[in-house]
Amino acid sequence: MRNKYSVFSLIKNALSYHENWQRAWRDPAPKKEYDAVIVGGGGHGLATAYYLAKKHNMNNIAVVEKGWIGGGNTGRNTTIIRSNYLWDASAGLYDHALKIWEGLSQELNYNVMFSQRGVMNLAHNLQDVRDLKRRTHANRLNGIDAVYLSTEEVKKFCPIINTSPDIRYPVLGGTLQRRAGTARHDAVAWGYARGADAMGVDIIQNCEVKGIKRNGDSVEGIETTKGFIKTKKVGVVAAGHSSVIANMAGLRLPLESKPLQALVSEPVKPIIDTVVMSNAVHAYVSQSDKGELVIGAGTDDYVSYTQKGSHQIVEGTLNAILELYPIFSRMRMLRQWGGIVDICPDASPILSKTSIKGLYFNCGWGTGGFKATPGSGDLFAHTIANDEPHKLNAAFNLNRFVSGDLVDEHGAAAVAH
Amino acid sequence: MFLINCPYCGERDQQEFKAGGEAHIERPKQPTELSDDEWAEYLFMRKNIKGVQFERWNHAHGCRKWFNMVRDTSNDEIKAIYKMGEKPPAQ
Repeated sequence: MRNKYSVFSLIKNALSYHENWQRAWRDPAPKKEYDAVIVGGGGHGLATAYYLAKKHNMNNIAVVEKGWIGGGNTGRNTTIIRSNYLWDASAGLYDHALKIWEGLSQELNYNVMFSQRGVMNLAHNLQDVRDLKRRTHANRLNGIDAVYLSTEEVKKFCPIINTSPDIRYPVLGGTLQRRAGTARHDAVAWGYARGADAMGVDIIQNCEVKGIKRNGDSVEGIETTKGFIKTKKVGVVAAGHSSVIANMAGLRLPLESKPLQALVSEPVKPIIDTVVMSNAVHAYVSQSDKGELVIGAGTDDYVSYTQKGSHQIVEGTLNAILELYPIFSRMRMLRQWGGIVDICPDASPILSKTSIKGLYFNCGWGTGGFKATPGSGDLFAHTIANDEPHKLNAAFNLNRFVSGDLVDEHGAAAVAH
Repeated sequence: MFLINCPYCGERDQQEFKAGGEAHIERPKQPTELSDDEWAEYLFMRKNIKGVQFERWNHAHGCRKWFNMVRDTSNDEIKAIYKMGEKPPAQ
């Protein structure tokens, strides 16, 4: 039984110098057999396990993670959450996630620090203006809050932006989703891990998958560095390494894994109280509660698993940041890192069954998966438990690359890929 | 970020080059007879190997010529570079 986190537990533990807090999750050895195994202990994988246990009564399940939970892209992203996507299928998927975010801290009894500070997307040329207006209308038709802002309104909402007409890429307008915002990425992984563990899910860290055992067209289990685990259902949520796991099962995926970089500055006093994204010049920035500017850079164009990236990518992003925010010209950058993102040809994710019975993939989130974590977990759990997709993720099947029914969010979603 | 030895210009910064994806994907000889599955395989499915991968590169900000590269994607080490039309080295 998990003790509830509350102001009383905080006071009680303060009296013993915070030395007696209950462990948030166990560290079990793998059992011989599970009803389902999730490969990948990031936010999406842990959320999948949580909803499998909570909504589908599958408690004899495990999450296997080759490193430590939340140590991959969950701990490397820039924590932006929004749902203002263009197409109906995407709007349904991402807004489902956003609705869960709105009550997630209470549900998990874990503060994920979800902050609806708004996300503003900037337009820098006439095509941007047309695209963003179209997207605003599409969002509103789908019941997603969106407003279009003039240059003056952009300046009013975020006064430190340089809206001078004589910069290289002047700000011609923007869109604002007020329900959007940020959350604390690590807390999302930890909160789901604690919640899943409390319902009996085994979270097995330092356990790398080495092979997938098949009997004809169905899954029999997985080979891991901690031995063979028998199971009839395997849900792979391995982000940049999805193709590596797929190759073990003899499957091919339409993915390319590329390095994506981010960086943070030294901490400063509150200066930017929203998230500003600019697709055209590729600059997006927010400020963490610690005071660091959180800056997202772009992907390199070559396949790499190195979790590094090229210097010129960071340089390009910082050039754009400096032009838009001259006030940041003396900021020093504290840390820079890379993560490996799995990009689909249509820049939309795959949450799908495969040609192998009992093998499911949740991948292809590319550069923007964090925002979808709760929704992705919920829908993937549904897909695994029922062996059928939920209507919200039916469009995100693997077969769309055969039928041609792609969900083309390249550029349309105001994301820079 | 790494250096690339262009077979036409010599060693240059990777910044000058454009990655062109997986190499040796053969264009279907009779496109009209391809099934949807085969089209999907040709157009979208990729090996995306963690390890030694064969790929195409273009010296976009140099001679603008295409060539092939063998590269280990787990550490970005370049194993071999060869011109278009040449036989890939045995691995």
